[in-house]
Amino acid sequence: MKIFNYRLIIFILSIIFGVVLSIPSLLQTDTGKKISLGLDLQGGLHMLLGVNTHEAVTSKIKTIATSVKYFSDDEELLIDGLSINTDSVTFTVLDADEIPKMDEMLKQITGLDISKNELKYTLKLTSEDIAKTKDLSVAQAVETIRNRLDQFGLSEPTVVRQGETDIVVELPGIKTAEDEKAARELISKPANLELMAVDEERNDQVNTMTSSQAAAYGNVILEDTNNPNIKYLVKEIPILNGSQVIDAQVAFDQSNQAIINFTLNSTGARIFGEFTGKSVGKRLAVVLDGKVYSAPNIRERIGGGSGQISGGFTVAEAGNVAIALRSGALPATVTLLEKRSVGPSLGADSIKASLVALISGFLIVFIFMIIYYKRAGVIACIALVTNIFIIIAVMAMFGATLTLPGMAGIVLTIGMAVDANVIITERIRELIRDGLSIPKAIEDGYSNAMRAILDANVTTLLVAVILYAYGTGPIKGFAITISIGILASMLTAILGTHGIYEALLGKITKDKDSKKWFGVN
Amino acid sequence: MEIFKTDKIYDFMGKRLAFLGFSSILVIASIVLLFTKGLTFGIDFAGGTIIQVKYEQVAPINQIRDTLKQTKYANSSITKFGSDEEVVIRITGSSSDLVNDIGDEMHKILASTGNFEIRRVDMVGAKVGGELREKGIMALSLSLIVILIYLSFRFEWRFALASVFALIHDITIAMGAISLFSIEVNLDILAAILTLLGYSLNDTIIVFDRIREGIQTSKANELAEMINESVSKTLSRTTLTSLTTVFVVATLYFFGGEILNGFSFTLLVGIIIGTYSSIFVAATFLVQLKFSVDDFRAKDAEKLKRQREKEKLRAMYEQGTV
Repeated sequence: MKIFNYRLIIFILSIIFGVVLSIPSLLQTDTGKKISLGLDLQGGLHMLLGVNTHEAVTSKIKTIATSVKYFSDDEELLIDGLSINTDSVTFTVLDADEIPKMDEMLKQITGLDISKNELKYTLKLTSEDIAKTKDLSVAQAVETIRNRLDQFGLSEPTVVRQGETDIVVELPGIKTAEDEKAARELISKPANLELMAVDEERNDQVNTMTSSQAAAYGNVILEDTNNPNIKYLVKEIPILNGSQVIDAQVAFDQSNQAIINFTLNSTGARIFGEFTGKSVGKRLAVVLDGKVYSAPNIRERIGGGSGQISGGFTVAEAGNVAIALRSGALPATVTLLEKRSVGPSLGADSIKASLVALISGFLIVFIFMIIYYKRAGVIACIALVTNIFIIIAVMAMFGATLTLPGMAGIVLTIGMAVDANVIITERIRELIRDGLSIPKAIEDGYSNAMRAILDANVTTLLVAVILYAYGTGPIKGFAITISIGILASMLTAILGTHGIYEALLGKITKDKDSKKWFGVN
Repeated sequence: MEIFKTDKIYDFMGKRLAFLGFSSILVIASIVLLFTKGLTFGIDFAGGTIIQVKYEQVAPINQIRDTLKQTKYANSSITKFGSDEEVVIRITGSSSDLVNDIGDEMHKILASTGNFEIRRVDMVGAKVGGELREKGIMALSLSLIVILIYLSFRFEWRFALASVFALIHDITIAMGAISLFSIEVNLDILAAILTLLGYSLNDTIIVFDRIREGIQTSKANELAEMINESVSKTLSRTTLTSLTTVFVVATLYFFGGEILNGFSFTLLVGIIIGTYSSIFVAATFLVQLKFSVDDFRAKDAEKLKRQREKEKLRAMYEQGTV
């Protein structure tokens, strides 16, 4: 009589696999791969953000206008009426001889749709370039938000793109309402730094001017950040923007106010130097997210490419602005589409409740199976316990996330996984009653039950896969635990129990009351 | 131990019309409920905001209501949640502003009502709600189609159709119960319904597998007889598995906490209906669809014959006689 058969060996190996790999998760050891808890169990913040991608297109149009302006200033090429409409830039070249020069420069900008009416240029983005810009803006927003959160010092932030324009942000580290607020502010800050020239000729009329009048001069009216009654008339096309900032740090001025020192890259420094050199005596507005923070007089040419933003920041605010500037501007603003925040105490309650359900569900099934099937019930229960270990082990191995619906999935798996054993044992009982010998009854019982179990499991698995594909967040967790549970039950409830019977066959046949093993009278 | 007498064959098909009648009443009642009372969609599908607040003492619901009446959240609903200390505030709108958060605002508004902790703020924008609803309907219909295809492939189209009928029967009644008890339909309810789909199908397949087997081995020639035999033989398995599952789902319902309540309730109702339908109703559809045992056997024999011929040809080919 051989005790070890291939089924039993595979089963024992899977027990070892299950137990060893689930130890780190169950005992919360420091080393080894563990299951991570979902936000609904450990507390945290989940957000779905929508990127307003059309803004990225507008800002690209603005950048094109900036380069046209810089180029014509630099080459002393005379143009007139440079202005931005929602999706196009128009201007007129004054001298027809300079058209080739302008064309040469515009050729360098990719994705441009240029239409010319004699000397008047209209620049638009091609539809492919609009799509590309939108796509890029989402990718860039993901990168920027990730950078900011990393620098903010939160543990394990997840920032991933979802679909065409959306971003999922998950912050398990958030424990208090204050942290949450700070994180939300940090994420939403566009951090769009612009250095703009004040229109000194007309600035004294700013309080009586309407925005359309301002636009006629190629200007915009901006408010002071601290006092909305103070207004500035500035040139719509900025001299520089935040994309040229390579570093930003918090510092303190003479009166011990927090300020932000920023450094520009070499192109930015050159443009800045040239502009300040030409504009001595005029004012330069430092504009952050559409608000003027300061508008100092330019006393001399500023080389070296550094500047500062002051405007009555608190130290914390200055810190956040510096982070935002360092990690780059958001190419477009984001809006909140969905938010789920769970306090840590609620998560702990949920864990407790689902564990109680899990353990009591376990006990009921155990008692029931053993009373009903006697020793066959015990064997089924061994398979069931192994099943749970394997679910934990596999989830830990892949670093899967356990959510509250996932816990419900495990509880449900207990109910469903014994099903295979119920079917098999019922078949064996039937065959024993028909008068078959025990070894034959076991053999045929397994093969008779096989087809039904397989069909039933495959369909449940199919539904679980669809649930995974169409579900979001926590529901995916449910689909994962159910799927792993079904696959594991094939290993434990079918192969494993069969192996145990084979190993015990000698004992069972020698037993005078062998039918008792299956609870048959 | 045994629940049912093992050698007894129950005459399910004899009372076929009675069960069909009973099921029809349930299905029609459910449909009427769904059209009149309708489903209460939660924020996952309808959009909106819910805020779960836990007080250190018994939650002063009336005071909260009065306080909120003076704000723009006047039409929000406030209900007890699980224990006396906890309440849930439901607001129909949502805010797409990242900086000005409803949770923070609520914290300020409720400051005068006592010491509390905001434990959960869920906000779903209308756009996301619409998308989730679309996805849910997709998931449900896709599941039914995939099941139909798989079963047609494994059994025969009438078996597939009969089991899908049984599924629609189960889901309709479960949704009727959801409507009747005004359970808020969120993503977890969708998950519960999809689980039911898999579960109830499980039961039906086990019975149908027996019928398939019976066609090949039984001496009976009448479909009704064969169904009686197969359903009777699987009766103890069907009830046993349902019992164990009902036990664990019941523990989820009673101990799983308030959040899992709707989920486990739906499962509980669904499992009971699913078990009933796979014993009393699913196979009836086979009869109604005019499934013929003789045709199935003939087709099976034909298949076997073709297989034999193929093997014969192959044998001849291998021996080099062709």
